[in-house]
Amino acid sequence: MDPLLRDLYQEVILDHGKHPRNLRHPAAANRQARGYNPLCGDQVTIYLVCDAAGRIADVAFEGKGCAISIASASMMTEVLRGKTEAEARRLFDDFHRLCTENGFTLEDASAEDRDALERLQVLSGVREFPVRVKCATLAWHAMHSALEGGDQATTE
Amino acid sequence: MATAETLTTPAAGSNSVQAFDVARVRADFPILRQHVHGKPLVYLDSGASAQKPRQVLEAMDEVLTTCYANVHRGAYYFSQHLTDRYEGVRTTVARFLNAASDQEIVFTRNVTEAINLVAHSFGSRLAAGDEVIISEMEHHANIVPWQLLRDRAGITLKVVPVADDGSFLLDEYESMLGPKTRLVALTHTSNVLGTVTPMKEIIRLAHKAGVPVLVDGAQAVVHGKVDVRDLDADFYAFTGHKLYGPTAIGVLYGKAELLKQMPPFLGGGDMIRSVSFAETTYADPPHRFEAGTPPIVEAIGLGAAIDYVTAIGQDAIAAHEAGLLAYATERLSQVEGLRIYGTAKEKAAIISFTLDDIHAHDIGTIVDREGVAIRVGHHCAQPLMARFGVAATARASMGLYNTPAEIDALARALEKVKELFG
Repeated sequence: MDPLLRDLYQEVILDHGKHPRNLRHPAAANRQARGYNPLCGDQVTIYLVCDAAGRIADVAFEGKGCAISIASASMMTEVLRGKTEAEARRLFDDFHRLCTENGFTLEDASAEDRDALERLQVLSGVREFPVRVKCATLAWHAMHSALEGGDQATTE
Repeated sequence: MATAETLTTPAAGSNSVQAFDVARVRADFPILRQHVHGKPLVYLDSGASAQKPRQVLEAMDEVLTTCYANVHRGAYYFSQHLTDRYEGVRTTVARFLNAASDQEIVFTRNVTEAINLVAHSFGSRLAAGDEVIISEMEHHANIVPWQLLRDRAGITLKVVPVADDGSFLLDEYESMLGPKTRLVALTHTSNVLGTVTPMKEIIRLAHKAGVPVLVDGAQAVVHGKVDVRDLDADFYAFTGHKLYGPTAIGVLYGKAELLKQMPPFLGGGDMIRSVSFAETTYADPPHRFEAGTPPIVEAIGLGAAIDYVTAIGQDAIAAHEAGLLAYATERLSQVEGLRIYGTAKEKAAIISFTLDDIHAHDIGTIVDREGVAIRVGHHCAQPLMARFGVAATARASMGLYNTPAEIDALARALEKVKELFG
């Protein structure tokens, strides 16, 4: 098997793609945004439950998409829970760099993001597949939009 | 089971000068010698845009390097010479479609612009309550211009549904034709399902109701001979780049008596008779609809592409593609979990499919690593995707240069997809 493909479709990604975590609509969601990739028509909706202290108490998603976009959404929900909004925004920036910057390593990220990024690192295989970067970042753009009070994010 | 080795290319049609030789055809397309990710290119995306033979490239190069000038303007030799050749392509197109006159051939950028031209110009006389009939299997290019007209003029859009096998529902269509119908705008061949619609009957029924018909022929002209007079089409649109020609050159055929009555679409140079600030008069068709400097070199390329396919013989190409479609349908059906969308009896060499519950985007990425280029996504036909309950499909669309061995390469690549997704 092509090593670049093996790297893109690691077991963890295939597992999250087939069995996504937090695939639901929390009744208490107080922020939400839809992410849309016009290239393939994929869409995910991200739900956030932000508490009074500005922490993300719960995060979940619904949607349909390719293995990469669903795995990314699923993994995002796992790493975001308990983070403050500011932390989520910072992690968004670091995750974006992880997916797009060649040579980007955990040392280049904010120290506080390294644990989460270590788990997310399996998604960095998209760097070799430029058209798939949007798949990996779709849910993150939607999450970011939800934090900003928007209700839509596209990958364009 | 047929295999690449045992399948023979069907006999060439009676009109072809000689038997179809795919190896010789392939030699005309320099790009087919390219490798992708270390694998020979297997190009199965001609439905999106076809590759170009060297005859087209050379014709365009020859103009640019030996006699380029603007057309319809200069008193000097090159301008006159190239004007003659540019207008000569109009004659070539007229003959290609069997139009009654080259004055019925309007050059556009593509099918999208051709349909927008009709929606604006012909559509300018439509009013609230008037109806335009389209179908569920239209490309966005034959949906959105009518929605824009709906927003401008308040027309009503009627949508003919598609059968489960992808065929056109003639009865449903007939029942939609009514006293308020002003135009029927339908595809001749679905870019997703491959369905060839019963256009002659569609047009006959429309005319019985006194309604003109616009045909989106983007996919149809590529796969077989189109005769606009036999069809009795009122408008027929196709594009150069799917017909082995360049991008940015398309054609709108319109019956002379219809074009004559239609107001201009875009305004500017070349489409006028005389201009003053008080009053401007417009040129006769087709120039009335060709504002500004046209795609001159691209038109020359289109002429070369038409010469190319007609020299090989459209019947021979159709027979070759019918053989490929039959082979591909059988071969791909053997891939476990593969489902084909569109199995109408009359079908062009286009196969849309899904594979288990693996997303088309993942399929596209993986087969690309094997050198296989296919389209994945919604194919600019989202309503049709919704009709079949899928977000996206993968699509292999074949052209005159494809071979059964390339279908085998696709099938092998799909096995790799399954292997990876376990």
